[in-house]
Amino acid sequence: MISILVATLIFSFTAGFTLFAVYSERKISAFIQDRLGPMEVGKFGWLQSFADILKLVQKEFIIPSVADKALFLLAPLIIYVSVYMGFAAVPWGPDLSPLSLNLGVFYIFAILSVETVGILMAGWGSNNKYALLGSMRSVAQIVSYEIPTGIALVSVVMISQTLNMQEIAIKQGILSPDTIKFLGIWNVKDIGGFLAWNIFQAPHLIVAYIIYFIASLAECNRAPFDIPEAESELVAGFHVEYSGLRFAFIFLAEYALMFLVGMIGVILFLGGWNTPLPNMGAVALADWTTGTAWGVFWIIIKTLLVVAVQIWIRWTLPRLRIDQLMSLCWKVLTPLAFLCMLISGFWRLIVM
Amino acid sequence: MWGRSFKGLITAFTGLGITLRHMFAARTGRNLKSIKNGSYFTQQDGTTTIQYPHEKMPVPEVGRYNLHVEIDDCIVCDLCAKICPVDCIDIESIKSTGPIGQTSDGTTKRLYAAKFDIDMAKCMYCGLCTVVCPTECITMTDSYDLSFSLLSDLTYSFSDMTAEEAAEKRLELEQQMAEKKAAKEAMLNQKNSIE
Repeated sequence: MISILVATLIFSFTAGFTLFAVYSERKISAFIQDRLGPMEVGKFGWLQSFADILKLVQKEFIIPSVADKALFLLAPLIIYVSVYMGFAAVPWGPDLSPLSLNLGVFYIFAILSVETVGILMAGWGSNNKYALLGSMRSVAQIVSYEIPTGIALVSVVMISQTLNMQEIAIKQGILSPDTIKFLGIWNVKDIGGFLAWNIFQAPHLIVAYIIYFIASLAECNRAPFDIPEAESELVAGFHVEYSGLRFAFIFLAEYALMFLVGMIGVILFLGGWNTPLPNMGAVALADWTTGTAWGVFWIIIKTLLVVAVQIWIRWTLPRLRIDQLMSLCWKVLTPLAFLCMLISGFWRLIVM
Repeated sequence: MWGRSFKGLITAFTGLGITLRHMFAARTGRNLKSIKNGSYFTQQDGTTTIQYPHEKMPVPEVGRYNLHVEIDDCIVCDLCAKICPVDCIDIESIKSTGPIGQTSDGTTKRLYAAKFDIDMAKCMYCGLCTVVCPTECITMTDSYDLSFSLLSDLTYSFSDMTAEEAAEKRLELEQQMAEKKAAKEAMLNQKNSIE
């Protein structure tokens, strides 16, 4: 019973977040480009995404006559469900996690790879050259970028010594059972705050986080790595033939994935649901701002900030060419990630 | 490779700085100032959108937009219709039986404008009609919103005469012509009889 409630909650959260993110993306992009963005529907256009989803729901769902019907119909669901199931293992606060998995990081990483299958199904099933090209690019890109992502995550796991997302989060704040050393020297177990976050426990994880962040942009198919959808080349890429509610699902998956990868980065590197405010003597800010509700608040705030940066980057940088994309992944990010992993090993053995 | 990647990262941050500046500059927007205003070109920051139907840019009072005819000042000389390159002005005149009155610049009016239609759908906004008009009664105004749901709404009718009035004036003219003709014939007859 409770599991159904949790599942419904997560679904409504992704839907609500998508509406909010679409609106904020349109507004941020407008401001960056000196425009105003949606202004007509509601005050400052805040009802615009509701109007959009209302339109999408009413639209006819068209199946191209030459499409592979089974693949075509199934693909959006697979794309969405794989992202949706990724939410199962992420903790939202102390003792607030839908599922406490020993293999949390590994599970999320594995389930997100299924999205690639969905994208390939969508591209192949559409029987459209743009869709197929887009999905092939997407698969090549996601498979390549999973390597630096995975290794960057492994370097965190080596520091935390666990794959359980909840435990990784606990070990970055005042609730930690172990001692926490800021930069490997200063014990900050009772001080907490941002000093206890993984990127400050072991500073090379800042580099690992940047690698993870860049790679996560590529996994979301977002600019500057949006060659699978490259509007100017491929119309819309793998979802060019979709309309109506199934298009809405692809869209939902895209934005839910943005939130999910942001959240994973926050949990592994930026302290998860832990407060950024440290205890300072009598002013015990960290003690005051730790709790279940605070945890949900902090993780949503942090993740929304990361999503805002994703949006900001999308509206700043131009799209990379496929060869630049691949050389960035294989020649720069992968070796750097390996280096981070190596330093993590030494850090664990020598410093911690 | 590494040097280029590092350079790419640095330039990416430069670009991100620029977009961030623009994002925060969007708190202010462009003011609705006329181009005659001295600070028109100094408004470099903030959003540039003008939400058109709700707000409009001020334009000079005598712009190059809609045509307007001050029919009281029109002497129905038909010059505008003649010079129009696209023949969008359609005038039908009726001679009056005598001077009707005067325009504001003192020209005597001798013709009624039974019809003075301008088809703005055809108009190419060259402004020639406003140049040739001897009484300067046809002008271009500052109203530029020409959206209508019916094409026929784009044909502006400036004549203030009703069909009945026009018919009446025609009748009057015919009667006068007939009287003149009769007078002329009477005079001819008189001449003949004298000879």
